[in-house]
Formats: sequence, C-alpha cells, structure tokens
Amino acid sequence: MTRRRLLFASRRQPSGFGASELRNAERELFLFRRRLMVAGALVVIAFGGLFARFFYLQVLQHAHFQTLAETNRIAIVPIVPNRGVITDRNGVVLAQSYSAYTLEVMPARVASLDKTIDQLAEIVDIQPRDRKRFRKLLDESKNFESLPLRTRLSDEEVARFAVNRYRFPGVEIKARLFRQYPYGEHASHVVGYIGRITDKDIERIGEWEETANYKGSDYIGKVGVELSYERELHGTTGVEEVEVDAGGRAVRTLSRSPPVSGNNLRLSLDIGLQEAAEVAFGDRRGALVAIDPTSGDVLAFVSKPGYDPNLFVEGIDPANWQELNESPDKPLLNRPLRGAYPPGSTIKPFLALSALNSGKRTPQQTIYDPGFFQIPGQAHRFRDDKPGGHGTVDMYKSIVVSCDTYYYILASETDIDETARFMSRLGFGGKTGIDIEGELTGTLPSRDWKRQRFAGKQYREEHRKWYLGDSISAGIGQGYNAFTPIQLAHAIAMVANDGVGYTPHLVKSVQNLRTGEVREVAAQPATHLDIKPEYLAVIKHALAGVNKEGTSAAAFRDAKYASGGKTGTAQVYSLKGEKYTEHKVDERLRDHAWFMAYAPLDQPRIALAVLVENGGFGAQAAAPIARKVLDHYLLGKSDPGAVPLQPDRPSDDESD
Amino acid sequence: MLIFLGRFWEALTRRIDTMLFAVAIGIVGVGLVTLFSAADQSVGRVSTQVASIGFAVILMWITANIPPQTLARVAVPLYVAAVLMLIGVALFGVVVNGSRRWLNLGVARFQPSELMKIAMPIMLAWYFQKFEGRIGWKDFVFAGILIVVPVYLVKRQPDLGTALLIGASGFYVLFLAGLSWKIIVGLFALAAATGPLVWQHLHGYQQERILTFIDPTRDPLGAGYHSTQASIAIGSGGVVGKGWLNGTQTHLDFLPERHTDFIFAVFGEEFGLIGNCLLLILYLVLIARALLITANASTMFARLLAGTITLMFFTYAFVNMGMVSGVLPVVGVPLPLMSYGGTALISLFIGLGVLMSVSAHRKLVTT
Repeated sequence: MTRRRLLFASRRQPSGFGASELRNAERELFLFRRRLMVAGALVVIAFGGLFARFFYLQVLQHAHFQTLAETNRIAIVPIVPNRGVITDRNGVVLAQSYSAYTLEVMPARVASLDKTIDQLAEIVDIQPRDRKRFRKLLDESKNFESLPLRTRLSDEEVARFAVNRYRFPGVEIKARLFRQYPYGEHASHVVGYIGRITDKDIERIGEWEETANYKGSDYIGKVGVELSYERELHGTTGVEEVEVDAGGRAVRTLSRSPPVSGNNLRLSLDIGLQEAAEVAFGDRRGALVAIDPTSGDVLAFVSKPGYDPNLFVEGIDPANWQELNESPDKPLLNRPLRGAYPPGSTIKPFLALSALNSGKRTPQQTIYDPGFFQIPGQAHRFRDDKPGGHGTVDMYKSIVVSCDTYYYILASETDIDETARFMSRLGFGGKTGIDIEGELTGTLPSRDWKRQRFAGKQYREEHRKWYLGDSISAGIGQGYNAFTPIQLAHAIAMVANDGVGYTPHLVKSVQNLRTGEVREVAAQPATHLDIKPEYLAVIKHALAGVNKEGTSAAAFRDAKYASGGKTGTAQVYSLKGEKYTEHKVDERLRDHAWFMAYAPLDQPRIALAVLVENGGFGAQAAAPIARKVLDHYLLGKSDPGAVPLQPDRPSDDESD
Repeated sequence: MLIFLGRFWEALTRRIDTMLFAVAIGIVGVGLVTLFSAADQSVGRVSTQVASIGFAVILMWITANIPPQTLARVAVPLYVAAVLMLIGVALFGVVVNGSRRWLNLGVARFQPSELMKIAMPIMLAWYFQKFEGRIGWKDFVFAGILIVVPVYLVKRQPDLGTALLIGASGFYVLFLAGLSWKIIVGLFALAAATGPLVWQHLHGYQQERILTFIDPTRDPLGAGYHSTQASIAIGSGGVVGKGWLNGTQTHLDFLPERHTDFIFAVFGEEFGLIGNCLLLILYLVLIARALLITANASTMFARLLAGTITLMFFTYAFVNMGMVSGVLPVVGVPLPLMSYGGTALISLFIGLGVLMSVSAHRKLVTT
C-alpha cells in the first residue's frame, strides 16, 4: 500500500519540483532497501530450510541411509527385453535371440584380474582369444560394468563354477541373450546385424530420449533391418530391485517389473526366392532386387557376395574383419542400395517413354541406322554394337534389338534437362525410400548437376559446361548416368504397374507380441507417373518383344508365362574407339551385365533388376538369373509351405 | 620496476570487489576438490574446468570494467533480439530431443532462451529506470507483458524449467521495483488456483517429472533413480562425511550426473553435514555481499540489475541443492560455481562482473 501512496504522490507533484523529487528518490531508495531486506530474509529462510533437510537426511535418517549405502546396497537392475524376431514373409525365422550362460567379471570388485582369470581358467575353458577380447572390452568400458569373459558356457562349466563360486568375488554367471542369424550369408544385407553399443550409439539413444530404456542393453542394430527397425525390435527394459551384498552379488529380489519383448518383424522377403536368386548368381558378384509392383513388397534383395552376420554380434575378430573389409569383392557393400552403375541399355525404354510423353517421337517414326552416329561437323563416330547397323528402326525395334543409333539421334534432339526431369519422376537420381539405411541417389545428369559436380577450384569452365557429346553418351545409359539396382527395379515396377509406384519396403508388418496387434507397413501408392496409358502400352509391348524375339529371347525360350524385359551392358572401361573383345580385357574391367524384367505380362506380380558385376553382356550373364528367379516365383517352385533349408545351428565354439 | 608492478596491480584490481571474488574463488575451489573425486581422480576433467574458470574470470574482469550505464544502453536491442530469436526458434528452430530450442547459425547451434536469461533483467531494469519517479500500475502491466511473452515462447518449446527461471528473473525486478504486496499475493493465489489447468497443458514428460518427484519409484531407471541415489549419498554421509575420495555411492557408480547437476550429492556424501553447512555459509556470504552492493548502488538500473542477479544466483543454488536433496523436482539446474561445465561458469562470473561494476562505479556517478 505504501507503493500506491507513493504513486499518487508522484502523480500529484509534477516533475521539476526539486526538493520533493529528492525526497521521493530517498523514499524510493528506502523502500527498495526494505524490499532487499525482505529478499535477504527469504534467502536466509530458504537456506535454513535446506539446512533442516540436510539435518534430517544426515543426522536423523543417517542410520537408515547408511544401511542402504553400506550393508545392503539396493541395486536397481535392468532386465534386458527379448529382441524381436525377424521372419520372412512366410514366417521363416531369419534372426532370433536365445539365452545362454556367460561368465562375467566386474573388474572393480576384483583385486587382481590376471590372477583371477588364471584361476578361472582351471575351472572353465578360457582361450587366449577370450582374454584378448576381454582386455579390449576392459579398455573400452566404463568403470563399474560387468564384462563377459566367456560366452555360451556349457552346463558342465556352469556347474563347476557354481561349486567354486565362493573363491571368486566379483565373478558371476549370468544368462545373457545372444542374437543368431540361422541363414548366415543369405539375405545378410537385408537383415543386417547387431553389435555392442558404442559412444555414437549412446548419443543416438539420447536423441530418442531412450537412455533409461537402454540401461543394461549391450547390443544395438548396426546394419540393415536390425538398424532401421531398432526401436521396434528393442522392447521395453524391465526393472528388478535387488539387495546386493558387499561382493556385489544379488542376495534377493525385492520387486520386479518384467520387461516387454520387442516387436517381431515380418519381412516382405521370400527366403526361398532369395536363396534361389543367390544360388543363381553362383560365385559372381552383383545385385538383384525383386519387387511386387502392386504393393512395393521387396521379394528378394541380393547383394553378392554376402557375409555371415553372426561374426559381428560378439564383436568381430581382426582377422575376419580384415578379410571382409579388404576383399576386392567388397562383401560388406550393399550393392542394391549403394552400388551406382551406368544403366547401359536398360535406360532405353525409359527414354523412349520420355520421348513419347514429350511428343519428340511417335511409335511409328523411323530412323535409318548405318551402324554409327556422327555429330554433324565432327569426325568422332558413336558406334552401334552391330557393324553395318540395324537399317530402318522404329521405336518397337529400337528396344527389341537395343539399337544405339536410334537413341544417339534421340539424345541429339533432346535437351538433357528435360530428360532429367522426366527420369526423376521414375525415381532416378533420388532415393526410393526403402526402409533400410544408406541408400545412395546415384547420378542423374543434367546441366545443374554437371556444374555442381565440377564446381571445385581444380576444374575450369570448360569442365562444367554441358556438351552435346555428353547428351549422346547419356542417351544410351553411359556417360555420367549411374543408377542403383533398387532404383532400376523400382522404375521397371512402376512401368509394369501402369505408372503407379509404391515405396519399396522390406518389412511387411510389425507384430506386437504382448497385444498380438499386427501393424501392416502401409502400401500406399507413393507416386503416379501421370502419363497416357497408350504410351505405357507401347513400351510394355516392346519389353515383351525383347523377351520374345529380342536380345533376351534365348534366356526366355519356352517360358510358361509371358514376360517383359530389357538387357543392358554397362561399360566399366572406356576403350577409346577400339573394339571391345571380352577375353582381352581384365576381368575387373569387363562390362557389367544388366537385366530388368517383369511378369506375367497382363497382371505383373513381380518386377526385378539384376546386375552382374563384370558379367559381360546382359543377355548372357544377367537374363538367365532373372529367368530362374521368375520361374521360381511364378511356377510355384517356392510354395509358401515349403520346408525351408535346414538353418545352421549355432556352433558350440565361439562365433569369432 | 616495483612501482610499475604496483601500478599495474592497482589497475588490474581497481574494479574487483575483493570479498566477492575471494568467496567465489573459495566456492570454485571446493568445487574443484569435489570434481576431482567425482571424476574418479581424473586430472583431465579438473584441468578442463580450471581452463573454463580462467576464461570466465577474464570475462568477469572485462565486465567489471564496463560501467552499468553502458549495459543500460543495450537493454532494448538485446531484449528485442532475444524475443525475435525466440520467435525464430518457434518458426524454424532445430528440434533436438523433441524440443525446439535451438537456432542453427550455420557454424553452431545457439539457444536463444539462454540469452533471454540475461536480456530480461537488463530490459526491465532499464525500463523502470527510464520511468523512475513516475511509475504507475500501467508500467507494471507493461513489464508483465515483457515477461509473459518470452516466458510463453520458451514454455512452448517446451522448456518449462528455463521458462520458470526467466519468469523468476522478471518477477524479481518487479518485486524490487516495488510491486504491491497485494498483487504479489494475488499472483501466487492465482498460480495456485490455475495449477490444475496448467497441469493439463504440460507435456507428458513434464507431468512425468513432477509425478516422479512425488514418487521416485515411478521411474526407477531415470529421474527417480537420480533422486533416490542422491538422497542415499547425502544421508549416508552423516555429520562428518565419509571423507574425500571415499564416497561409496559416488565411487560405486550409483550416482548419476555426478560431475554436473548432482555434484552436491558427492560433496554431501564425502564432507557430511559440516561440509554442507560450510558451503551454505559460503553461499550466504556471497549473497550477503552482493545484497550489500545492491543496496548501495547509485542508480535505479544498477540497483534492480544487481538485485536480480543476486537473487538469481540464490535461486540456482537453492533449486539445485533442493533438487539433489530431494525437496524439489529434478530440473536441469547446475550448482553455481561448483558444477562441471563452461557455459554456466561463464554466465555466473559475468554476473559477478556486473555486481563488481555496480560496486566500483557507484561513486563516479553519484556526484
């Protein structure tokens, strides 16, 4: 109320009235100091409150807390949930967890580690590599963690240790969950693997605000579906409140809230088809992606060679790692996602579609092919693969015989930016959005792209400019073009499905074990090509012609279904005008073989892209693989109830 | 030579309030000793902290040499910039951990709510100084708006803790500027009455935090665990403590965040009630000295700013110790001058620098 009086006082006395103002200022200072004293009193009272609390905790309740801290430490022990199971579309298990006994040491409670380990070695089998790995874990671990010394103990070893347990304070047998991939190398690039949680993972977990939920968890998805669906698979950590004795051993459980297992994943993959595809590759390197064009379900996803994900779970040993990492075959490379290859002639049907759409070509329009194409006024000849040429060629024939000259001419008349715009609608130059991480966009050349690609200081303006010659090479899928196998499979699936595209997905549904609720991964059409159906019909008719009377007719002889396809051969090595002879060229520099296909013609159920690295001609190397996969899928060789291959049992010895 | 050194020393220490500085360094020293224990005797963490302290002291010295009226001049631009940045955060801020608190400046991410903590008291102190002698209820309403807008913007990020701290700093200025007791009581009554309404508007995790405070066993792996273990640490310390480097809770890894927000639990466990009392006294002396400087400040602006800084210093200390000892909910507030971390140290020492500046420039302006 003093405040208000003051307010009125200052209102009544206008400023400029010296003495009164001075008095006001003094008065205000007085009031301010009074407020300050009130604040000071509050500070003292608050600190007094804190003192009271400290007194309560440290004097009155001291005995209670001392008991908690010293004699019976109550430990909150997280119970790690079961990681979800990953199955293929027919329920065949591809990744599962099982429980096994491990011998664990808490370094903080052990006086002499070496002595203890030596003594333990008399009871259980401890190999030098176990010691080595334990040392490594010890270096990486935080202070008071319990670290596994031996995993997968036999029942006999468990029993022997139990008898001698009193001799080893700080050493315990624990049941831990291990991850196992029964199919090993098969579909390894899809399923991926889990590994020990690193600092980087901890950061990621923090960003999800899941730090508490990962207490006690040692593993996290690193690659593949294990990585991209980590948060579905992990589950909710349970809690056990236990009394712990001075040695750190749990004496009894006080309360327990059980963990909730992670969700199970059902993949869209058909492991039978996957195996058939992998077998079809033999020892060759390459990639295959098969998609159900009506839903985006990925039916097979091959990256050859693969690797055994079981090696990674417990931390891979240096020898295996070196072998995988340094192999020239790059088994760790996820080729369908991260291998960007020149599309070669597989680009032709798409460019033809683009020409129809823009009105540059009609199906009936013909060109004459003398066996080469020259830019007017230039000496360089862009050669056709057939000496003497294909003669008169219309659009159907250009695809069926894969006539280069037709597309040289088309490219010379088409602006590259316009082509790029159309091709990007088919998904080229962008990510398809498949549900595992690491997808590359490949290269869809355009003027802007070239300018940015060669923006660096070491390049000059003439490097950045787009030339007609660039368009000509790009026009037959060479030059700067580089697409991933998943992009090509996605694009051919879109054409097969009359211009409606689905985002490819490896996971079909997510099942919550506790509620039994099954969540389907939505199969919504993601893109519409928005193109006249008759244009698509022209292209599909030509693709059918390729398998019937064209470049891949031999591979599809006597097929019991009608299919469409297109071969492609992508140059790895520029021969600078020399004629390419396969046997003269080093194996690694041989052309990549492409094939894309879909079937059946009237109602396509499967669309695929195959790439065989350094395979030579697409028709010879890639088309037969596609035929085998289509046969397998369409002719019932993979009926859903089929007994899966006997999965590898977990071996008794260490995985590393 | 000696004379030169003497002159130099004189110039160096002219604006430094010896007592304020000595007590602050005392607390910092206690902090380092505790940190050494909390960090499992790692020298690395302690030396990082020492480097931060050195840097912060230099900033304090610079601030102490800036007259308060210079600060008053930047009040409006600083406040307006902070509000604009908060709006910027709401529109195109970076989302981290589900909260939109950061602005991406290309080089680094910046949290404008931190700037607002400083801008708010400077702005309000400037405002009341400008209208000194003719402050009416309208001014308090206007000041109220100046407080509510940024508090609302920070609250919806959501960052309730920081919003409350910014609100508190604004409220302290109003309180010191003479806001009527009736209104103060009315505000608290209103807050109590609208409590249930506010509860519904809180985010899930905020509700969870408060529930966890009431019943720590609700979240035994998260905040509840911190709270329970910190209480055990302090309580088991007893009157004389377990001795330096001997805290079992600390060293058996039961205590989380023990370098940063929960460092007081380490201190309480190892030095006991006696240590706690000494620390409380150190804080009290620091606050008392700061209040004295505030009381003798020459201008309205200096008074309000110094008073608010003092009360905020108190608020941090009280909230942190209250949270660690289990009488307040777990919010992310560091213990002033003790917790590990450069940012907090820098803002605290700059605050001390402002206090020293207010103290040193008193006579120059009064004439």
